[in-house]
Amino acid sequence: MSFLSKITEKPWEHAGEIEGLHDRLENGYSANRTGLFLFLAVVSSLFTLFMITYYTRSQFPDWEVLADPRILWVNTAVLVLASVALQMASNAAKQNKTSAMRNSLIAGGVLTLAFIAGQLIAWDQMVKAGYYAADNPANAFFYLFTGLHALHLLGGMWFLVSLGFRMKQTGAKDKVLHSVSLCAIYWHYLLIVWLALFTLLLRT
Amino acid sequence: MAYVAIADRDHEQPMHEPRSFVTKYIWSQDHKVIAIQYSLTAIAIGLVALVLSLAMRLQLGFPDTLSFITPDQYYQAITLHGMIMVIYLLTAILLGGFGNYLIPLMIGARDMVFPYMNMLSYWVYLLSVLVLCSSFFITGGPTGAGWTLYPPQVILPGTPGSDGGIVLMLLSLVLFIVAFTMGGLNYVTTVLQARCRGMTMMRMPLSVWGIFVATILGLLAFPALLVACIMLLLDSVLGTSFFMPALLSMGEVSEHTGGSPILFQHLFWFFGHPEVYIVALPAFGIISDLVSVHARKNIFGYRMMVWAILIIGGISFIVWAHHMYVSGMNPYFSFFFATTTLIIAIPTALKVYNWVLTLWRGDIHMTVPMLFVIGFIFTFINGGITGLFLGNVVVDMPLSDTYFVVGHFHMVMGVSPILVIFGAIYHWYPKITGRMLNDRLGRIHFWATLFGTYAIYLPMHYLGILGLPRRYYTMGDTSFIPDSAQVMNAGISVAALFVSLVQLIFLFNLFWSRTHGKPSGSNPWKATTLEWQTPQTPPKHGNWGPDLPLVYRWAYDYSVPGAAQDYIPQTMAPEDVPTSDASYHGGEGEHS
Ligand code: HEM
Ligand SMILES: [Cu+2]
Repeated sequence: MSFLSKITEKPWEHAGEIEGLHDRLENGYSANRTGLFLFLAVVSSLFTLFMITYYTRSQFPDWEVLADPRILWVNTAVLVLASVALQMASNAAKQNKTSAMRNSLIAGGVLTLAFIAGQLIAWDQMVKAGYYAADNPANAFFYLFTGLHALHLLGGMWFLVSLGFRMKQTGAKDKVLHSVSLCAIYWHYLLIVWLALFTLLLRT
Repeated sequence: MAYVAIADRDHEQPMHEPRSFVTKYIWSQDHKVIAIQYSLTAIAIGLVALVLSLAMRLQLGFPDTLSFITPDQYYQAITLHGMIMVIYLLTAILLGGFGNYLIPLMIGARDMVFPYMNMLSYWVYLLSVLVLCSSFFITGGPTGAGWTLYPPQVILPGTPGSDGGIVLMLLSLVLFIVAFTMGGLNYVTTVLQARCRGMTMMRMPLSVWGIFVATILGLLAFPALLVACIMLLLDSVLGTSFFMPALLSMGEVSEHTGGSPILFQHLFWFFGHPEVYIVALPAFGIISDLVSVHARKNIFGYRMMVWAILIIGGISFIVWAHHMYVSGMNPYFSFFFATTTLIIAIPTALKVYNWVLTLWRGDIHMTVPMLFVIGFIFTFINGGITGLFLGNVVVDMPLSDTYFVVGHFHMVMGVSPILVIFGAIYHWYPKITGRMLNDRLGRIHFWATLFGTYAIYLPMHYLGILGLPRRYYTMGDTSFIPDSAQVMNAGISVAALFVSLVQLIFLFNLFWSRTHGKPSGSNPWKATTLEWQTPQTPPKHGNWGPDLPLVYRWAYDYSVPGAAQDYIPQTMAPEDVPTSDASYHGGEGEHS
């Protein structure tokens, strides 16, 4: 049912009908899924605005291009692997392979933590090399972007861990399995955000 | 499987009936309780903002006799007044309060889809309010940068609160945005996913439409404020230079270099303009429902009303720079934004016509909510027309930063939404408490508020045309301002005092009627929408008893020809509608 035909429907007609109306909530999306996608829209708005701001600020004469730490490449690879692991967990969940799912989830969690640790190392290298946030906006943006992105991942980790606890308590029920696929979506999304941020950081 | 709506999944959604006082009224996950918590907190902090405005008004009205606030305190009062009114009162009460209360009841859901997150939303909101209040008690006091928080002055030492106050302000805003996001995700998801059977999107009352679209705007626009807040915070705490240019401050070269204050303005207004509609759209929706119920007529042009809400929501993202005509922007930008601003007036005007046409030959009941509706329509037209003036660059240039602007925005987004909120409280109070608010006190409250606020804001337009600048502690001996302006200023202040005192009548009415009001029954206004059809009044936890409602028709079946009563509830099947004569055939296609 397209949005346009939905909002051109004449509601004063069809009094008495309940079934058979256009708009029957049959899209099969669960509330959690809708909630997640909405949240991703909010986060997209946030990061898009940040990137526009970054671009605008980078056009000012005091901008000093930053040599990004090499380790970011390694971190990127780790994050890709984390995303793959979560996708495998999600696939395993769909086929009800509980133990495979658990292993992939743990792998995904560990890789994510490794990514965050790698980002911290990058920070450390930057500070040691004397790139302080207050010195130049390029440095400040570097800390800001990596920090915010890591915060979003930590939020995801919090969900992942609480999911693990729930699985321990109630066993791998349908609802839990469904949540695994949502986690995977969130991780893929944050991977995309990271790639966008990384490209932007590299280019300027 | 045809349905995945919560409606058909009751077994998956066990209702935990709260037992103790704490889980029932304090740590509650019930949307109705959360709504009340949100509203009471918002009203409480709103009263603080009201008192601040009185302090300013006394200073402005009687600068020589009553100098009990200093210039610094004046700036702090102005800043906190503006910020509280816009964000912590209006946004919170319209979405957190009315959104929470009305959405599940109007769409036939038992609660929000994420009740726990909903509860967190309130508590984080409360925390943000407390952080804001705490800035009154630190040394240096709250920030005095104006509610727009423009850098560079916001963190320069000459501005009050530039060390501690601004940090608390920004933290509080960040918390508010987190709270809003948690609530907002809930409202939108609930509307999309938890409607009861038969409740199509186009059968939803316009209140829900308004709140729904406003929430989406908020979800997309608040991130801009978040970005601005975070970067400003870093500028002030870490000494970065996102927004702060190199400058001399109090004779010394500041630590900042090269930042762009204009960048902040763009971010702020990219949030700030949609914010106007975040407040206005719920108000539009509520007005549409009130006007229809109390004029006993279906809303004129329901579909146009929905489209207008959607179009306004969309365009509101591309008009922001009309707040920046005087910032030295490229004139072609100004031209673009002036054009979009005038375009957005079209769907807005359309809504006004439709309200008036709904009244046209309606069976108008002059109830207290109807009085507020009419008051709103007048006030909104007034504020809207001055908005058209200010939308034009050449008109705005001289008027910007004068009292004309203060008059304009108070009319359009101060008085108008407040009138809607009052009307809505008079309208839904019976559902919330089971008792009517006192009618006579309500009428006194309405007329005194209406005339009082007009006595405050109409003269401001004139003062603005005289050139009286905004945000000035005192006018002093300014040659182009005649002495009579001061007389007018004093008059405005008296009116402001009067209006504030009148609100005590309203507060008294709220508390007194809670126990002494006339029992209302479940549907005192004979309204069609679902919230009036609950098995109990006030609705119990879970709202609907054992069975969810079924919806057979749209929300506006008033005065349907041939039906015995002048309203047909949404839950009534055509075969059950009592008829007065044979011509009735199920309410189909009778009205368009
Ligand atoms: C009786 C009620 C009110 C009175 C007497 C009042 C009075 C004032 C006064 C005296 C100012 C300062 C004007 C200046 O010197 O530039 C002001 C500013 C402002 N008011 Fe109100 N106001 C009231 C209600 C509201 C409401 C309901 C809103 C909600 C939108 C609101 C929003 C603002 C804003 C945004 C500012 C600008 C603050 C700034 O310049 O930073 N006010 N008000
Ligand atoms: Cu605007």
